Amino acid sequence: MSEPSKIVKTIASIIFPPTMVFGIYVILHGHLTPGGGFQGGAVVASAITLLLVAFGTAEIARRLKESHLSVIESIGALGFISLALLGLTATFFYNFLAGSGFIFGRIPPFGSNPGDMNTAGTLPLMNISVGLKVIAGLFAVVLVLAFVARSKGGGKR
Amino acid sequence: MRRGLAIPIFIIFSCIIISTAIMMRPFGEPKSTEMDDYIIKNAQNETGANNAVTSVVFDYRGFDTLGEATVLFTAVAGVLLVLRRYIHE
Repeated sequence: MSEPSKIVKTIASIIFPPTMVFGIYVILHGHLTPGGGFQGGAVVASAITLLLVAFGTAEIARRLKESHLSVIESIGALGFISLALLGLTATFFYNFLAGSGFIFGRIPPFGSNPGDMNTAGTLPLMNISVGLKVIAGLFAVVLVLAFVARSKGGGKR
Repeated sequence: MRRGLAIPIFIIFSCIIISTAIMMRPFGEPKSTEMDDYIIKNAQNETGANNAVTSVVFDYRGFDTLGEATVLFTAVAGVLLVLRRYIHE
């Protein structure tokens, strides 16, 4: 397989930042707008996959080790479980931050309103940890499959 | 012999499926709405999230999300385990 053309590389470089920003927005605003950790994580992982397709496996693998992805995924999983365990004063998965006045502790007015980032208690934190987990997990799978394609296909990429 | 068994079974299952489709409730009118009404009324006050779907997924039904995350973790671990020898080459 030959190297992708300059057009593919340029368009991928242009599209990558907005896709990344959109994915991070979907993760961080999961408690206000449609979306959440899983969906935003898939968007971010697809943005990195775009770079993988455009610039080749070797280029990406030099900057991003597979073991780092495992660490990020473990951080996400442990954060999710420990947030669930911290609510154990009442029940598992108790939302102990909602309405406490602490970080993310405001209660919005009832009914439809524009929303406020500083609400919803543990939900944004859980969204972030699930998002990290999905980004790292999906991209680790894509990266390993790209390695397999490179070694099986016999090409340079 | 097999054909004689297959045709009655096919007719019975067709009758069950068609009668279920005829007896189905109209779309958007569930039989019991207590749980929906509770979540619509209280989700904003109890969890503080404007997005009621997220408050269900991560708070009321947190266990389900935990299982979902475990499924993802298991899938990734399985893929990395099977294709491990291609990583370091």
